[in-house]
Amino acid sequence: MPKVEIFVFLKQVPATESIIQVADDGVSIKTEGLKWVINPYDELAVEEALRIRQEKGGTVTIVSLGPAKADEAIRTALAMGADKGLRIDCRLNQYDSLATARILAAVMKERPFDLLIAGYRAVDDDYHMVGPALAELLDIPSISMVIEQKIDDNTIRCRCTVDGGTMDVEASLPALITTQRGLNEPRYASLPGIMKAKKKPIEVLEAGSLGIDADRLEARVRIESLAPPPERSAGRMIEGESVEDKVNQLVKALSEEAKVL
Amino acid sequence: MSQTVLAITEQSEGRFRKISYEVLSEAKKLAGQLGGSLTAVVLGSGVSDTDVAELKTYGADTILVADHPDLAVYTADAYVNVLAAIIRDRDCKTVVLGSTSCGKDMGGRLAARLEAGLAMECLSAAAEDGKIMVSRPMYGGKLIARTAIEADIRMVAMRPKAAQVTRAEGAGQVEKIEVDPGRIRTKVVDQQLATGKVDLTEADVVVSGGRGMGGPDYTVIENLAAVLEAAVGASRSAVDEGWRPPSDQVGQTGKVVSPNLYIACGISGAIQHLAGMSSSKVIVAINKDPEAPIFSKADYGIVGDLFEVVPVLTEAIKKIKG
Ligand SMILES: Cc1cc2nc3c(=O)[nH]c(=O)nc-3n(C[C@H](O)[C@H](O)[C@H](O)COP(=O)(O)OP(=O)(O)OC[C@H]3O[C@@H](n4cnc5c(N)ncnc54)[C@H](O)[C@@H]3O)c2cc1C
Ligand SMILES: Nc1ncnc2c1ncn2[C@@H]1O[C@H](COP(=O)(O)O)[C@@H](O)[C@H]1O
Repeated sequence: MPKVEIFVFLKQVPATESIIQVADDGVSIKTEGLKWVINPYDELAVEEALRIRQEKGGTVTIVSLGPAKADEAIRTALAMGADKGLRIDCRLNQYDSLATARILAAVMKERPFDLLIAGYRAVDDDYHMVGPALAELLDIPSISMVIEQKIDDNTIRCRCTVDGGTMDVEASLPALITTQRGLNEPRYASLPGIMKAKKKPIEVLEAGSLGIDADRLEARVRIESLAPPPERSAGRMIEGESVEDKVNQLVKALSEEAKVL
Repeated sequence: MSQTVLAITEQSEGRFRKISYEVLSEAKKLAGQLGGSLTAVVLGSGVSDTDVAELKTYGADTILVADHPDLAVYTADAYVNVLAAIIRDRDCKTVVLGSTSCGKDMGGRLAARLEAGLAMECLSAAAEDGKIMVSRPMYGGKLIARTAIEADIRMVAMRPKAAQVTRAEGAGQVEKIEVDPGRIRTKVVDQQLATGKVDLTEADVVVSGGRGMGGPDYTVIENLAAVLEAAVGASRSAVDEGWRPPSDQVGQTGKVVSPNLYIACGISGAIQHLAGMSSSKVIVAINKDPEAPIFSKADYGIVGDLFEVVPVLTEAIKKIKG
């Protein structure tokens, strides 16, 4: 296969170092002052797409369902080297994961592709679901949590992480893969890359224009309330004369107080 | 409406994984709240009747055995085809599975096929007036969301170690069923599985080493893990250095673990790391820097060089374990 038509699904999320607070409505988060980034798993997806394009040729299109602000994240991916962007406009976290997959599937049904790359999870909602659901709706094979891939002719062979180890899995293209840490080290956008990205196109679509029945986009999974987990407080620092002394106190505490030994 | 709750079990090396009992226990609880019965399904090849009979003692009223050569190794296509047919034929409106690597791989597909509502990584679930309420972490554990699953078919994927395993008596009727795994589009060509090793997410004790390890030699950590029958974890820095595989990473972009005991050695306690382990029951931190943020989340802290503390700790525990 000469060229590979690749689409990367990218979500803009709060940076992982952010302190996340619940907004007054109790079901969303306070967004002021947050730093927004490309979902780290989607950054791996962008990088891998660029590497495949470099080897095989083709185009890399970034697809994101999100508010206008998400253009920043798309722009960053374009600055890394992606060719074009496509944003389906919606409010922040307007849709649940199945509806998100349905919208992304409707977009892809109109476009020829060889490979789709999603993150295995978005680190904001942590749904762990959009990639495989999208593959199902498009009726194509998917391989999850990929840490290595190689495309030969029409076949993609991946090493992926599974509980207890790794597995090597093959599928024919078109296919979808989801990324796992270890796949690559994403590049930084270079200054020329940033300049070039300004001229690259970002197409904007309305979810309403995709011809999906409204009731199929209704939330099946709905947040009723958000709250921080019980705060862990600092426990006891074990002081002692010697390492042996400290260790003995610790072992005693673990077996007698905490009862975990 | 049928109130049959379906529990999807998982096996490895021919034995039920611990998550299977957790899934059954949570499903049994839901079946009780819904006034329905509990059906467990076992997928595999060459599944023995005596093995599956055990599920009865976790409350399974019906045990479906889907035995087919194409189910010997997990593939999303085969599992989704078989499970979707069972869920439709048996009119199951509530499905409980594990939020494991298989559960995450097939869950989204199964939900899309059935137009079901699926919540992954659930900590608990309850049936409340026509919907299933779950609580699940978001933002890498920084928030907990009380979430309603409102759909014709509701799927709950339990995070490993979240549900309490409880024994219960079920009718335990074993039924072998005809299944059609259909066309399988992915081919497993090789597996590299650590045999007999507890997975990080399922371990009762986790010992993790961070950048403080100073290199890829994790012998002191592994020795401590061995006496505690623990799994070994790592911080992202240790993974980035190439000292440990990515599958060992604990944190917001790694695995979320909640063992009874988590021992962090040479880990500073960055917010992304804390997100992955702060639901552990008891946390011990060993770090040479008394100001390390990890100490603010630890139940017990020892300031010291891990290379001095950990071997002494290993010996001391060896003694009490006899
Ligand atoms: C997008 C993103 C995602 C991330 N996700 C994760 C994640 O999932 N998990 C994660 O862990 N991190 C994650 N991080 C990284 C995180 O921010 C920290 O950089 C990382 O956790 C630090 O690892 P560390 O504690 O091992 O190293 P350091 O912060 O360098 O800490 C090393 C500690 O070891 C101590 N030490 C050194 N020598 C010894 C000794 N001999 N004995 C005892 N103590 C010693 C030091 O005092 C220090 O506290 C993420 C970062 C980003 C940007
Ligand atoms: N709004 C979105 N726009 C584009 N891609 C998305 C969106 N939400 C999720 N994805 C993709 O699906 C992956 C898994 O997300 P999730 O199922 O939400 O955890 C992400 O890593 C993205 O690749």
